[in-house]
Amino acid sequence: MLTWIAGFIVLVVKLVAILFFLLMAAAYLVWVERKFLARLQLRYGPNRAGKFGLLQPLADVVKMLTKEDVVPDGADRVIFRLAPAVVAGTAFLMFAVVPLGRDLTLFGRSVPLVVTDLNVGLLFAFAMSSLGVYGIALGGWASNSKYALLGSIRGAAQMISYELSLGLSIVPIVMLAGSFSMVDIVNAQKGLPFIFVQPLAFVIFVISAMAETKRIPFDLPEAENELNAGYHTEYSGMRFGLFFLGEYVTMMVFGGLVAVLFLGGWRGPWLPPFVWLVIKILLVAVFMIWVRGTLPRVRWDQLMTIGWKALLPLALLNVIVTGALGLIMSP
Amino acid sequence: MSAYVPVLIMLVLAVATAGGMIYATTVIGPKKQFPDKMEPFECGESPIVSPKLRFNVKFYLIGLFFVIFDIEAVFVYPWAVLFKDLGLFGFIEMMVFIVILAIGLLYVWRRGALEWE
Repeated sequence: MLTWIAGFIVLVVKLVAILFFLLMAAAYLVWVERKFLARLQLRYGPNRAGKFGLLQPLADVVKMLTKEDVVPDGADRVIFRLAPAVVAGTAFLMFAVVPLGRDLTLFGRSVPLVVTDLNVGLLFAFAMSSLGVYGIALGGWASNSKYALLGSIRGAAQMISYELSLGLSIVPIVMLAGSFSMVDIVNAQKGLPFIFVQPLAFVIFVISAMAETKRIPFDLPEAENELNAGYHTEYSGMRFGLFFLGEYVTMMVFGGLVAVLFLGGWRGPWLPPFVWLVIKILLVAVFMIWVRGTLPRVRWDQLMTIGWKALLPLALLNVIVTGALGLIMSP
Repeated sequence: MSAYVPVLIMLVLAVATAGGMIYATTVIGPKKQFPDKMEPFECGESPIVSPKLRFNVKFYLIGLFFVIFDIEAVFVYPWAVLFKDLGLFGFIEMMVFIVILAIGLLYVWRRGALEWE
């Protein structure tokens, strides 16, 4: 009984630590994005709150907490209030299957540095990503606003379209690793990270991940010069903050998924495993920010063409080629 | 099933975090409501027609295609896990399946259901 309680306490402490890490990381990712984007555009970015603007995320949280929480007339009050929590909650849950490092030994018991090693880990992450669509679709629907409705319809169509190529692009990875468990996938990359074995899958996955996180050049659901803010037009205060937080946590999670699936997860020489994972996540995130600073937004028909006519057939072809090569090369 | 206990705890923590933030904002934030403010945002104009607009039927089509091709992915996954064990037989079976669905995609494509003008 005592060991059970101790195990439970260790588990809860670990989960709180991971959640805290995720929140802080998402907050500072906003800072990184604003600073890096500003430098790309020859601006300074936030530099008033603290040194280099490092306290800016904190100031933003205080600002959003002290704003009024407005529910517009005619909105579906229950759904309107729940939607941001769905977006943020599913983003947090997605991170549950990302392995953060080797098993840790604390007080004589081994603590795995992952929230949980599900045998369907990758599927779980995709399931949570799909549930996030509900937050966006229902949030925009419940707002009783034209901009929000248009944004949410676009958002739902875009996210389900790119989920296909996202889901199919990882099939070759699963074939190579023989498992959906993220821990097994990291272990399968002991010799060579999968990016060198599956470059096409990597490209498809990263493009689809950018579309899933609704970032420029795929930010049509919230295209500010057409739809003001898209599906979260009517949200204010911390409810808007949760949408925002969910978006950046999703970005962190997709960074983590790219790191785990293609870049070898926490594996790397010299530095501690956890540091390697953070470096790899940051690399992916900075790449996404750089793309935002470089590319213009695609048109809607271009978006659908890329997803359905380019990425989906390519992902299918990749599955077939990988299967054929795998059969030829295996004895 | 014990692998899902941490997921459950994570869910509770995530809901508590999100709920706590929203509760804080409703407590701390000001409450100054007047009719004009509560209108849905439309760049300062009063909304005239209902926001429940008709939208392009293609969005429904995309939803339907998603269901078809996502189920395809669901059938591909178990094969991918057992790929090494199933060998040539499993590969050929899966190729037949994928080709049938690829023909479906080609059909949808040729009928112009993926065109947005």
